[in-house]
Amino acid sequence: MSEAAIHLEGLGKKGGGRTRGRVAMMMGLFVAVYAVMGGRIVQLAVQKSEITGSIPRAAQMARPDILDRNGQVLATDIRTASLFAEPHRAGDPDEVVEKLRTVLPDLSYESTRRRLKSSAKYIRLRRDLTPRQQAAIHDLGLAGIKFEPEKKRFYPGGATAAHVLGLTSADGRGIAGFEKWLDGNGLEQLRSAGLAKAESLEPVRTSLDLRVQHVLRDALNHAMERYRCIGAAGVVLDALTGEIVALSSLPDYDLNDPHDQQAPDRLNRMTSGVYEMGSSFKALTLAMALDSGIVHMGSIIDASQKLRVGRHAIGDFHGKYRPLTLPEVFVYSSNIGTAKLADQLGIDHHRGFLKKMGVMDEMELELPEIGKPQYPKDWKRINSLTIAFGHGLSTTPLQTAAAAAALMNGGRLIKPTFRRQSIDEALRDAKQVIKPETSANMRYLFRLNVEKGSGKRAEVPGYHVGGKTGTAEKVVNGRYSKTKRYNDFLAAFPIENPRYIVFVTLDEPKAPPEGGGVTAGSNAAPTVGEIIRRAAPLLGVEPEFGPENEAFLAAD
Amino acid sequence: MNLKRTERGPISDWWWTIDRWLLVSSLLLMLFGITLSFAASPAVAERIGLDPYHFVIRQIVFMVPAVIALVAVSFLTPRQVRRLAAILFLVTLVMMVLVLFVGMEIKGSRRWLHILGFSIQPSEYMKPAFVVMAAWLFSEHMKKPEIPGNIFAIVLFLLVSALLVGQPDLGQTMLVAATFGVLFFLSGLGWMLIGGLGALSIGAAAAAYLSFDHVQSRINRFLTGEGDNYQVMQAMQAIQHGGWFGVGPGEGIVKRSLPDSHADFVFSVAAEEFGAIFCLILLAVFTVVVVRGLWLAFRERDEFTRLSTCGLVTIFGLQAVINIGVNLQLLPAKGMTLPFVSSGGSSLVATAIGMGMVLALTRHRPEKRAGLEFNLSSAPTGALTPAA
Repeated sequence: MSEAAIHLEGLGKKGGGRTRGRVAMMMGLFVAVYAVMGGRIVQLAVQKSEITGSIPRAAQMARPDILDRNGQVLATDIRTASLFAEPHRAGDPDEVVEKLRTVLPDLSYESTRRRLKSSAKYIRLRRDLTPRQQAAIHDLGLAGIKFEPEKKRFYPGGATAAHVLGLTSADGRGIAGFEKWLDGNGLEQLRSAGLAKAESLEPVRTSLDLRVQHVLRDALNHAMERYRCIGAAGVVLDALTGEIVALSSLPDYDLNDPHDQQAPDRLNRMTSGVYEMGSSFKALTLAMALDSGIVHMGSIIDASQKLRVGRHAIGDFHGKYRPLTLPEVFVYSSNIGTAKLADQLGIDHHRGFLKKMGVMDEMELELPEIGKPQYPKDWKRINSLTIAFGHGLSTTPLQTAAAAAALMNGGRLIKPTFRRQSIDEALRDAKQVIKPETSANMRYLFRLNVEKGSGKRAEVPGYHVGGKTGTAEKVVNGRYSKTKRYNDFLAAFPIENPRYIVFVTLDEPKAPPEGGGVTAGSNAAPTVGEIIRRAAPLLGVEPEFGPENEAFLAAD
Repeated sequence: MNLKRTERGPISDWWWTIDRWLLVSSLLLMLFGITLSFAASPAVAERIGLDPYHFVIRQIVFMVPAVIALVAVSFLTPRQVRRLAAILFLVTLVMMVLVLFVGMEIKGSRRWLHILGFSIQPSEYMKPAFVVMAAWLFSEHMKKPEIPGNIFAIVLFLLVSALLVGQPDLGQTMLVAATFGVLFFLSGLGWMLIGGLGALSIGAAAAAYLSFDHVQSRINRFLTGEGDNYQVMQAMQAIQHGGWFGVGPGEGIVKRSLPDSHADFVFSVAAEEFGAIFCLILLAVFTVVVVRGLWLAFRERDEFTRLSTCGLVTIFGLQAVINIGVNLQLLPAKGMTLPFVSSGGSSLVATAIGMGMVLALTRHRPEKRAGLEFNLSSAPTGALTPAA
């Protein structure tokens, strides 16, 4: 054909050939451009098939599952549906409400009817329908009633690990606890990059042991009831890895129905609340004194007289008022003895030691709810003397437990964590804070206190518990109250080579109904005992019954 | 239709000489337009408080004048097409002057005239008329170089551009300029001059970039991907959401959030609800119109017919390229309707007039055609009676 065209060129006007060639060029150009656009359509469509079917909005809310150390699910996403109405499409509002109420009896008649009559385009009537409800509403065959798939965070354990896991908002953002930490540590970035898809999110494995967590919460609940406390908290901490095996704070809240999560008494008493630890803090003072070398295990400290500083007089609760050996200072929990030890080393040494032990700084943890320790800005001699036996410095129980772990594990301070961590990994970041010999002496003192001292009721046959009680008078209106106490028990087991720290605190415990003491030895210590008795087998700690152990006799 | 080829008459002639490819493609695109207005426009209509089917009904109502215009114009001879274009051009030119003074201002531009209850966008009708006028002037110059057709064409172009920039309607200006450039190119412009004009148009684009804030910000947003690319991002998501087969008619969600889903972003709605395969078909129909039109022009012997066919097809194809390119985020955001498919009365009828002109110019006229047909016509008359 084109040959014929060329052949006939002579008949046409000059230039016809050139312009015809240009028409062909235009044609080629157009075909190329349209081909590019076709390619682009294919490219976008292929991208889509890689994304899979769920609509982007729902996929954006996906969160990873949170597991305990054994793979048990602590938090997961489940699919639900939201109920929407398009009022202009829906029929008679009265009829629509009437029919919906056959499935959702608690749907408010008046407000739903009013909203259906409004000029809104799209209204949400209900979140989180069960599949059964959704099917039933679908079967009603109502026009203008729609469902949108959504994800709901579900916590199989309910309240069991409430304060650790925290909370998520209805639109899938972490707003408290570990969930919030997840958002701040990668999940938010993944989300804004559009990568937070349910299928691609690796489950997050935590250090918690759900079984131990349950034991801890259960034992704390018993204590709350029995001693009528306003609050209780506890932690089981791996002294060698820094892993938090269980952490609980009561009262807590049901993660699946967190209406009371914001109540002031729902604070995390382990990480967020700061308290004066009372006599448990003496463990730190003794460790400091032993580590500095000013005393040894055989040293005698004179506690025969009250220590007077200006207007203040420091006395002993279990006062012997005689010279005491160092172990006696610990076992009798002598305020005078510990104050004198701190006094001997001076303010700077004392403050430096506590700083080194990490009880004076806000701690780092995978929870946003972290309390800031409080201590006198102007640290005078009297402050040092009282802080020596646990008054005048408020800190969080968890960092006290971490410091205790260092006293027990050979002197290495390890940051507590909710992540899985091996001993080697923990040691890499650990800081040697006291000498191993000091740690050995502290283990002896802890054990001695359970065998002979205030911690007797924490003993669990075969597990060799060591521990120190703390009974602090609470500060009410700027004065130490005589009736309101804050009790705790700081324990480690098995004491020969402690693997676990168990720390329990009770807020304002009262004497049990059948009567009894109100000191930590009579409420916090037995609570720790219960926790160790039930949790130690789950943690794989083998009991050891020596030939001289009463356990044999008791078993007869 | 039972028309015999041997019976001569206007209808029968038309039926046997019209280009079926172009006719069917044009009608198919209008049909797509109605289908998609069902999908895209109710959401928009509701949002601005109109009856849900307001735009659907409008689209169907405007189909009537559009189809009439398409068919009626296609009956014209090339000479009549030129006259129609001349009249239309003069009328629209007057209206475009008027629009600057009495036009309705919408979103900062004066583009619309209210006449007898209708709102008319003169620039839409001006486009086909201008293309034919320019093609005529160029072709006169090609036939008789002593006639300064080129100069007249440039004067017309500058006049039209000035009126468009005055509205301001930079999208249409660009479209008209590009089409004018193609015509100039096809009229046998020397490569040197082409280079010079190319440089000039780049300069003009740079001037637009520097002197219009909204142009600048749009280009910047396109190049950097930062800032408010809301409509375009939504459009992209619509296409990805739809996948190969779409989510189904009425099931799309992106149209709810796209302000211009019935007009400039109708392609995205099509992608979401009917899928990528449908979009490829839509694209193929546009390709058929452009390629078929240019192919017929390629075989055309008459300079005026060839140039004006090319020009009309180019402005049609280019407009589709810009619209779809924006939807696919291949081009910076630019308001441009998808010919025949987007909602909008003026656009629909004006496109129909333009395509009617193409149909009229591409009628099979053996005596005027170069190549094979020419040979046949000079052969014994018996060859004119095909086996069918």
